Amino acid sequence: MKRREFLKGAGAAALGAAAYPIMGGLNIAHADALWKGGVTNETVKVGDLHSLSGTMAISEIPVKNAELLAINEINAKGGVLGRKIEPIVVDGASDWPLFARLAKKLITQDHVPTIFGCWTSASRKAVLPVVQHYNNLLWYPVQYEGMECSHNIIYTGACPNQQIEPSVEWLLKNKGKKFFLIGSDYVFPRTANAIIQAQLKALGGETVGVEYAPLGHMEFATIIDKIKYSGADVVYNTLNGSSNVAFFKQFQQAGLTPEKMPIMSTSIAEVEIQGIGPQYCAGHYASWNYFMTTDTPQNKAFIKAYKDAYGQDSVTDDPIEHGYVNVYLWAKAAEKAGTFDPDKVRDAASTFSFDAPQGVVQVSAENQNMSQIVRVGEIQPNGMFKEVWHTPEPVKPQPYSPYISDMTCDWPKGGLIKRTSA
Amino acid sequence: MNSVAMASPLFNGLSYSSILLMMALGLAIIFGLMGVINMAHGELMTAGAYATYLTQITLFKLGGAQAADWTYIVAIPVAFVIAALLGLLLEWAVVRFLYGRALETLLATWGVSLILQQAFRNIFGSNNVAVNTPGWLSGGVTLGQLQLPYARLYILALVVVVFAAVLLYLRLSRIGLQIRAAMQNRNTAAAFGISPRKIDMITFALGSGVAGVAGVGLSLVGSIGPTTGQHYLIDAFMVVVLGGVGNLFGALFGAFLIGETHSVLEFFTSSTGAKVAVFTLIIVFLQLRPGGLFPARNRALD
Repeated sequence: MKRREFLKGAGAAALGAAAYPIMGGLNIAHADALWKGGVTNETVKVGDLHSLSGTMAISEIPVKNAELLAINEINAKGGVLGRKIEPIVVDGASDWPLFARLAKKLITQDHVPTIFGCWTSASRKAVLPVVQHYNNLLWYPVQYEGMECSHNIIYTGACPNQQIEPSVEWLLKNKGKKFFLIGSDYVFPRTANAIIQAQLKALGGETVGVEYAPLGHMEFATIIDKIKYSGADVVYNTLNGSSNVAFFKQFQQAGLTPEKMPIMSTSIAEVEIQGIGPQYCAGHYASWNYFMTTDTPQNKAFIKAYKDAYGQDSVTDDPIEHGYVNVYLWAKAAEKAGTFDPDKVRDAASTFSFDAPQGVVQVSAENQNMSQIVRVGEIQPNGMFKEVWHTPEPVKPQPYSPYISDMTCDWPKGGLIKRTSA
Repeated sequence: MNSVAMASPLFNGLSYSSILLMMALGLAIIFGLMGVINMAHGELMTAGAYATYLTQITLFKLGGAQAADWTYIVAIPVAFVIAALLGLLLEWAVVRFLYGRALETLLATWGVSLILQQAFRNIFGSNNVAVNTPGWLSGGVTLGQLQLPYARLYILALVVVVFAAVLLYLRLSRIGLQIRAAMQNRNTAAAFGISPRKIDMITFALGSGVAGVAGVGLSLVGSIGPTTGQHYLIDAFMVVVLGGVGNLFGALFGAFLIGETHSVLEFFTSSTGAKVAVFTLIIVFLQLRPGGLFPARNRALD
């Protein structure tokens, strides 16, 4: 298998190398520089890898749309390094092994120098060894559980200290000390809840119950009973996907209101609220870095462009904004580096700040996550958020939560190392 | 823990049972009576749920919020007819060539289910759509600490009505008699002048229509999206197999047993734990009694 991959790679590189002089282009390719095949004098190919079908399609199609919007905008202004961006869009179909195969195809057959994509941690974990093996670069747009340190991924979605930890502190301050934790039964909610439990212990809160429901679970009556009898002040919700619809409907049917017991969610943004029905979640809360209602000139322009492209009824949300920002960050980094070489683009990505729709952001050279403002919003009857709190400054990313780990990611010091001091 | 707290998982179990029975009833007709493993059953329920959504939009356009309050009455016949027509099309286009070959029906209808999912996605978008619960179904009866949501009581009533209607139709109507005759022995029934083709179509449409009505109930408690039906399909098959294929009362007791067991176990353990336990119990039970609770003595199934 190894040898076959090598031969394939070497063959492709040799072909590429033979082709470049004819196209009047770049230096002779190295055997590992597969990405050069994706660059001509006129165009640069990039990979776009999301679930366009299957259970995650609901969330990922709008992110794909936002990435294509950014690509079109950049192309309209003349492209990157004088080249038009040519997106290769592929459908991961909510199937994690397929994500890995498609990432490999994008790199070895389409020769892309970078990939935008993934949503679930499972799909990211599947793509990670592929981008590492071929030394390519993945731009990941979704909030996640942290606990990862890869030189080949730029993580722009919130890590725990940019969503979970601040929102827990906000709840403790404003809504009460007793927490009931409910989540879908997979890696993100389990890690998130481990952090929350440790954090509550450290800050004087109390966990009065923890429940996990299988993905796709629809019958929440019993869990809601347990929540009712637990004496909780607040519910911290890390359910994912359509389970949220059932949970919010049944929560309301059981006579529970946001005044009696507010829910704080991490996976419900404007797109999901439309599907749940705003009347079921109005008054509850969610924590993100961006809301459609975030008031910046960049956001007004972004929303207008997005609606013009995808319909006046369409809404934007946090992962959509991050997908859009990722393309701009990559383009700007490539311009700075003067090349599409993934290594050089990565190094350049942390050398500038960018005025995103959510505000000023900057990729950290230490851990390749992004500094950004943390916001808490209250869901309104029209499905939009009213921002009730935000951090005064962009928060520096900390992918390894100090509450549950003594490791830290620091590339200038060599990658994953033991944390020395707080 | 007081007695009120104890009563609540029992009521939850009953309401879960009613949902299970609703999902399984159409399947019990199609799988039980006809021996067709209909993997598109979930999508027929989804069609019923989307019919509810369309009904609400239409009523709202015609008469505003007040008219939309009638959604959960008007949607019942609408969902039944839409799902029944869809079932009729499915029977005519695919299933009729595969009678007596259960495994082939499984594969073919699975393909149909994927096609339907994509069709829903193209028509309604990949995001879920929301159906508003009308005022008269919001809230619930409060008995001390116990709250019985109206939505749950509605589903309970709906399933009782549908179950009774299907049972009476099969037992008392002329076509019901012909259906039972054709399912027991097609050739003999044909010799008595019953057209097996016609009966197949009617039975399949009936089962599909009932699945559509289940979709109306589901839209009260869960999501309506292209893949909604997938979440319920396994549970529906579980109920039918546990109850004993070919028997409506089997489905009734199967649903009741699974619903109550799951709810009570979930109250004392966790959601995932209860699911594992229920699966295990069903497997053990089927080892002891492979025919289910009420094994069918149906020649067509031998």
